[in-house]
Amino acid sequence: MITDPLRTRVFRHTFLLIGCLVVIFPIYITFVASTLRLEEIFQRPMPFLPGGELFNNYFSAFFVGGRGLGGAQGIGAMVMVQNSAIMAVGITVSKIIISLLSSFGIVFFRFPGRGVAFWLVLFTLMLPVEVRIVPTYQMVSDMGLLNSYPGLIMPLAVSATATFLFRQYFMTIPDELIEAAKMDGATPMRFFRSILVPMSRTPIATLVVIQFVYGWNQYLWPLIATTERRFWTLMIGLSRMLATADHQADWHIVMAITIIAMIPTIIIVLSMQKLFVKGLTESEK
Amino acid sequence: MMGKRVIFKEKGLPYLLIAPEVILVMAFFIFPAAQALLQSVFREDAFGITRVFVGLENFQRVLSEPLYVRAIWTTLGFALCVAASTMAIALFLSALSTGIGKRAIVYRTVIIAPYAVAPLVAGVMWFFLFSPSVGLISYGLRMVGIRWNHTIIPGQAFFLVVLAASWQRIAYNFLFYLGGMQSIPDSLIESAAIDGASPAVRFWKITFPLLSPTTFFLVIMNFIYTFFETFPVIHQLTQGGPSNATATMVYRIYRDGFRGLDFGGSAAQSVILMAFVVTVVALQFRFAERKVVY
Repeated sequence: MITDPLRTRVFRHTFLLIGCLVVIFPIYITFVASTLRLEEIFQRPMPFLPGGELFNNYFSAFFVGGRGLGGAQGIGAMVMVQNSAIMAVGITVSKIIISLLSSFGIVFFRFPGRGVAFWLVLFTLMLPVEVRIVPTYQMVSDMGLLNSYPGLIMPLAVSATATFLFRQYFMTIPDELIEAAKMDGATPMRFFRSILVPMSRTPIATLVVIQFVYGWNQYLWPLIATTERRFWTLMIGLSRMLATADHQADWHIVMAITIIAMIPTIIIVLSMQKLFVKGLTESEK
Repeated sequence: MMGKRVIFKEKGLPYLLIAPEVILVMAFFIFPAAQALLQSVFREDAFGITRVFVGLENFQRVLSEPLYVRAIWTTLGFALCVAASTMAIALFLSALSTGIGKRAIVYRTVIIAPYAVAPLVAGVMWFFLFSPSVGLISYGLRMVGIRWNHTIIPGQAFFLVVLAASWQRIAYNFLFYLGGMQSIPDSLIESAAIDGASPAVRFWKITFPLLSPTTFFLVIMNFIYTFFETFPVIHQLTQGGPSNATATMVYRIYRDGFRGLDFGGSAAQSVILMAFVVTVVALQFRFAERKVVY
């Protein structure tokens, strides 16, 4: 361990502190605004310390909602939290199950078309939803799945990251393990269920964090795949409530919903920090 | 090499196992991509009733439109600004945080947090701070004599989307630089320190060159990020305006396709963008392979 001279240490801490303040500043101001009355937010400048409306604002945010061009009135964050959760969990679970199955097939079996299937899947999955947005919309619309949970989830339910990560992980599993399982007369699916999946706890947990954040934070797809209010996710609700001239927005409610929208993912990422950092840096390389 | 020496012998089962993934990929990736290719050579009316084969006319039309060419430049400029600023700041912060021992974990936890924040939420928060009517920062700027109104002044709008996107993206770059730095052996840095190299010299002569694979990887990932994942930031902050100063290629696909109902033109734009992604991904694969060999 090198000990820096005092001057260097002061330099390090000063700039790290500034970095942290820049990160925290918008979140802090958002939180403060979510505890103020609307008139207080319109003061110039707005107060820097939290006000006394925390309970009222969050209650209205959850159960009443705010005004907005999209008619956000009457729809509270409760519905949006539910929709965001369904979408995020649906995407996470289906990505993990589908990728586990296909990686199992690709690594532990020999069949014609195996290599082609793997690379084709991996390569095409690199096309982000933003690029294929119009045809995907038409496809889902033709299937009659607009304004439905399957419609929200299915186009985002496969993952190159997950498939690749599981494949890499399965490759490191020693051959002896399969031999032993075969000798004991285990069927492939029995081996999958009783040995492979329990062994893959770590990559599964990593993917849960990464994919939940991905699903929770989706914007463009739910924006066009849902028109009915009862399917709005937090992201869609927020943007609809702000789709009004900004001096008319119910900022105190909007700011409360903004905080509600980021708390679950921040908690998950920070509490699983170690796992997630390792998983992210390994899976994307 | 892919696969193992010991395998299961079942013939039909593996097809069943890969079926869900292959079916979804066909339905939502290959078919839409093919559809976009097909659509890009047709002209369709807004209701999808008539369809006329027009060859490359959609491409010609799109590429000869000055505003689209401008969107390409806007996208590249945007990507360049976000990549450069986030990488420089992330590199600086991660270098500062390695070498102060256990206390660094507090700083790191805070710096990583925005990774969890949705791009849209980042957009909403900065929209609030810079709002010409209620924003705290726009108020502060007015106090020092700067008139802030990103809904009118193109340069300010561009700056704002870069700021919001970068704020959200520094965490990602920070994570990778930190990982890269932690894999550099301590002995290397320590021996340089014993030879009397200052922290700055140690950084530029040892750490930075050893991080070049990470840097290359991050350039590509940041470009992909600004190309695609910043749509919410732009949609929230500026709607592509004022006077198209922040209209990126993806924003144009959305606006022309869903607002303008010009499916042919939008599909042609999708194809152009797809060609771009394929190029970048191919580059990345080549690079990844090279890295393994070395």
